[in-house]
Amino acid sequence: MTYDAGHYDVIVVGAGHAGCEAAIASARRGAKTLMLSMNLDMVAFMPCNPSVGGPAKGVVVREVDALGGVMGQVIDKTYIQMRMLNTGKGPAVRALRAQADKPLYIQEMKWMLENEENLTMRQGMVEKVIVEDGECKGVVTETKAAYYAKSVVITTGTFMRGRVIIGDLSYESGPNNQRASVSLSEHLEELGIELVRFKTGTPPRVNSHSIDYSKTEIQPGDENPQSFSYETTEIITDQIPCWLTYTNEFTHKVIDDNLSLSAMYSGMIKGTGPRYCPSIEDKVVRFHDKPRHQIFLEPEGRSTEEVYVQGLSTSLPEYVQKEMLQTIPGLENAEIMRAGYAIEYDAVVPTQLWPTLELKAVPGLFTAGQINGTSGYEEASGQGIMAGINAAAKALDVDSLILDRSQAYIGVMIDDLVTKGTNEPYRLLTSRAEYRLLLRHDNADLRLTEIGYKLGTIKQERYDRFTEKKQLIEQERKRLSKVILKPEAEVQEIIEEAGGTALKEAVKAADLLKRPEMKYELLEKITPAAIELPAGVKEQVEIQTKYQGYIDKSNQQVERMRKMENKKIPENIDYDAISGIATEAREKLKRVKPLSVGQASRISGVNPADVSILLVYIEQGNVSRVANQ
Amino acid sequence: METDTITAISTPIGEGAIAIVRLSGPEAIGIANKLFDGKPLTEVESHTIHYGKIIEPSTNEVAEEVMVTVMKGPKTFTREDVVEINCHGGLVSVNRLLEIVLAQGARLAEPGEFTKRAFLNGRIDLSQAEAVMDLIRAKTDRAMNVALKQMDGRLSQLIQKLRQELLETVAHVEVNIDYPEYDDVEEMSHQMMISKTKEVYREIERLLEIAKQGKILREGLSTAIIGRPNVGKSSLMNALVHENKAIVTEIPGTTRDVIEEYVNVRGVPLRLVDTAGIRETEDIVERIGVEKSRQVLKESDLILLVLNNGEELTQEDLNLFKAVEGLEVVVIVNKTDLPQKIDIEKVKELAKDHSVITTALIEEKGIDDLEKAISDTFFEGDLDAGDLTYVSNVRHIQLLKQALQALSDAMDGMENQMPIDLVQIDVTRTWEILGEIIGDTVHDSLIDQLFSQFCLGK
Repeated sequence: MTYDAGHYDVIVVGAGHAGCEAAIASARRGAKTLMLSMNLDMVAFMPCNPSVGGPAKGVVVREVDALGGVMGQVIDKTYIQMRMLNTGKGPAVRALRAQADKPLYIQEMKWMLENEENLTMRQGMVEKVIVEDGECKGVVTETKAAYYAKSVVITTGTFMRGRVIIGDLSYESGPNNQRASVSLSEHLEELGIELVRFKTGTPPRVNSHSIDYSKTEIQPGDENPQSFSYETTEIITDQIPCWLTYTNEFTHKVIDDNLSLSAMYSGMIKGTGPRYCPSIEDKVVRFHDKPRHQIFLEPEGRSTEEVYVQGLSTSLPEYVQKEMLQTIPGLENAEIMRAGYAIEYDAVVPTQLWPTLELKAVPGLFTAGQINGTSGYEEASGQGIMAGINAAAKALDVDSLILDRSQAYIGVMIDDLVTKGTNEPYRLLTSRAEYRLLLRHDNADLRLTEIGYKLGTIKQERYDRFTEKKQLIEQERKRLSKVILKPEAEVQEIIEEAGGTALKEAVKAADLLKRPEMKYELLEKITPAAIELPAGVKEQVEIQTKYQGYIDKSNQQVERMRKMENKKIPENIDYDAISGIATEAREKLKRVKPLSVGQASRISGVNPADVSILLVYIEQGNVSRVANQ
Repeated sequence: METDTITAISTPIGEGAIAIVRLSGPEAIGIANKLFDGKPLTEVESHTIHYGKIIEPSTNEVAEEVMVTVMKGPKTFTREDVVEINCHGGLVSVNRLLEIVLAQGARLAEPGEFTKRAFLNGRIDLSQAEAVMDLIRAKTDRAMNVALKQMDGRLSQLIQKLRQELLETVAHVEVNIDYPEYDDVEEMSHQMMISKTKEVYREIERLLEIAKQGKILREGLSTAIIGRPNVGKSSLMNALVHENKAIVTEIPGTTRDVIEEYVNVRGVPLRLVDTAGIRETEDIVERIGVEKSRQVLKESDLILLVLNNGEELTQEDLNLFKAVEGLEVVVIVNKTDLPQKIDIEKVKELAKDHSVITTALIEEKGIDDLEKAISDTFFEGDLDAGDLTYVSNVRHIQLLKQALQALSDAMDGMENQMPIDLVQIDVTRTWEILGEIIGDTVHDSLIDQLFSQFCLGK
């Protein structure tokens, strides 16, 4: 027997990085939203490394921010260190990364959720989804509370049938010894949803007092830290460094000698682990010639002495972990506070999802985050906000949102997941994006704020500020394309000082800016704008002008892609009725149910001939519709 | 409506006196006009036909005499603007024409694509739709089979090698980007990138060079036999033909019947063309003068100049030497069965670097030497006959040219100090284009490469 515990528009199950964004996005779209978490003290907990951002991932944080999400704001308030990566490279690959204060991050996020209008938080372990007439209508907790809603988002991370493994020890558990969620996993299978077993891992944590930092290299934050959120105005300047040390031949010998005890190699672990996040035993086995591996020592916060030993993810027995640490410079006397472990869990095979993250089999039921086979807080957060936006859309009967591969890394990730699926935990990399020059971290606001505003997740005040910025950029670019610079002495002096060759004839200011040695700040000395422009505007003017050739080329590619994206496939298409499509392609098409011909063409196993035939078939449908009218 | 312009040879290859290269799309008329020496095609009435010449824009030389039909959409097969260029039948002219058209920005049509466009633009009615799909499937499968057959194992190996080099370079850049703190690999510098891309650039250039020769090989080396009357030109032709079992093809239907005889000399196919002078009627130089005969002889890939051992060099012989200056020539001193009256030293001097062979064709002597000289002339350097056949398909050549363009864009970027991750966009593009040649365009292999080449991760 269950009791009626309340009625909502949207229920979000789970309060990790996906759940938080989903709940807030849904609430901000105006949906009455309930968030259920098995432990409200663990909201937005970081079970793995204490950092947010990095290449591709950092861009996602800014995209989430531009769509009205919160991860950027929360990390901006709680970081202990901020670094801009890839500053020596082009603008497309620069990325912010912050070291997080884990406990503070939890507090800050929880406070944000608690103060969000339209959002209710409640502790509870969900065991079942209520499905009536084939549609999702709510959830039931283990305490028999039945909550009803028009749509439900499940964001249970690695908790589903989670199993922690350390050496030969193995027990049912979510990350960090929280309860695993077993019933929900079984229930989803009953609903006909296909699950896959994945694995990930985490390294030991040690006490800072037991580290000899003199044997390690300091890794400080940036002198002038930047922020993730376009809205952040207060910058934390008091930063805490990380430290770098290395494994060596002794470490590798310990690993070699004990390899049979590692859960990874003893056969205890069946799940597929990610290649980009290998355990130290994997690294030593696969790259045996490599004399050393980097180990970063990352503080977990200002109010704790725990230090995360990044690079030493392992499922070796605890005593071997200790032996291993003793061989590493600086960690000879390190005291383990928590041992490293591997964790296996159930994930939903993501090709069962529509690009809105709604399950095809159960209308009204959405999934987001690690449950969809991804890994990483940022990947979770990016899916979370999309699932929240679309769950609210379903409940309120307003527009849903699908971002394409040229609009956002979030779009690249979701398209990859629902179109190609993944056979290992999926991580975003810049190389997954075909149009990464367009998907820069510096223009996430220009790409997405407008969309957020239309969805209601971006408020008027912020939108006005954004519109002003956009206008300033356009005006200044226009101005620079008109101003003619003559080869006068003072102009030449500035150019030559920057290491460039003097002008031979008059040039447009914009063309001068395209020279490799030129910067906007130099150009500004020659031809200042009417008013002092904000730094963000100058940055855009410089990037958009300097790389215009490449940007134009990317835009042309996008146009070609869009043509195929715009050829929609009718929802009721019967692939069995199309003669000529190869059998493999037919099976894949039936499974993925692509929304457009473009999406169909990205399914592996669907070849160009199949796409041509599909096009002809769809067109035939259009022709017959016209004929019938 | 599609936005690019497609082209293909729309008549059966190698059959018929006239071949047609068809273009369809918004740029069809514009592209044809750029190549056409005749009336401005952009201004002519729709559905009219015009005589003129196709000019190869890169050299400004006349490539073909043609008739061009201009048909403006929508009253065309595809409902787009369509241009049909009618040229002489035969592989050489039509392939050359197609290449010129492709170089002006048209895209090689996929199998069945004209029909597909006709359908998508509503030209073909509903009842034909099924047939269209079958056609696309059949044509695609057939094209795939043909393409596979055309692809020599060595070509695909070489392309794979180049792709692997590019892939490693790209993965190197990617690892710098996605793992900026990973210290096991040097930061890819412009210098490194330039040296890596240059290597691949040279290889692709070489492939295109081979392609050119491969084409000659496939289509035969057009060969002229010249000499004064009675030096033994007929005997030479007969000797080559008898030795090598000539395939005689007749191509009727043109203004006059042309007889081409193909002989295969040690792997070099010679197309003994009916150039004036091949039959022992009269001396070409005598007939049309040195300059004019030079023009005619320039069309030949190989000239066999025959002299008479039993007579002294005449002014006519000297004129012949003048006419072939700078061309590919083998000099044959025939009739060594007669007492030598010719000044052989003088002949060698006139022949410069070219081989001088002595024969007594009537006694079947010296034919081996001649054949060796012909094959040596053609197979210079380290190429062997096998190499030459392997880049032949127009599609492959087109893709190789695109790959070269993408690489050259990358090199321009490096010259302009563009950041390496931008330059890499064009390198990746090159890798993708090369993949199209061997039918492998799976994007995920980059990520696989990344994780097999480097030890990454936290």
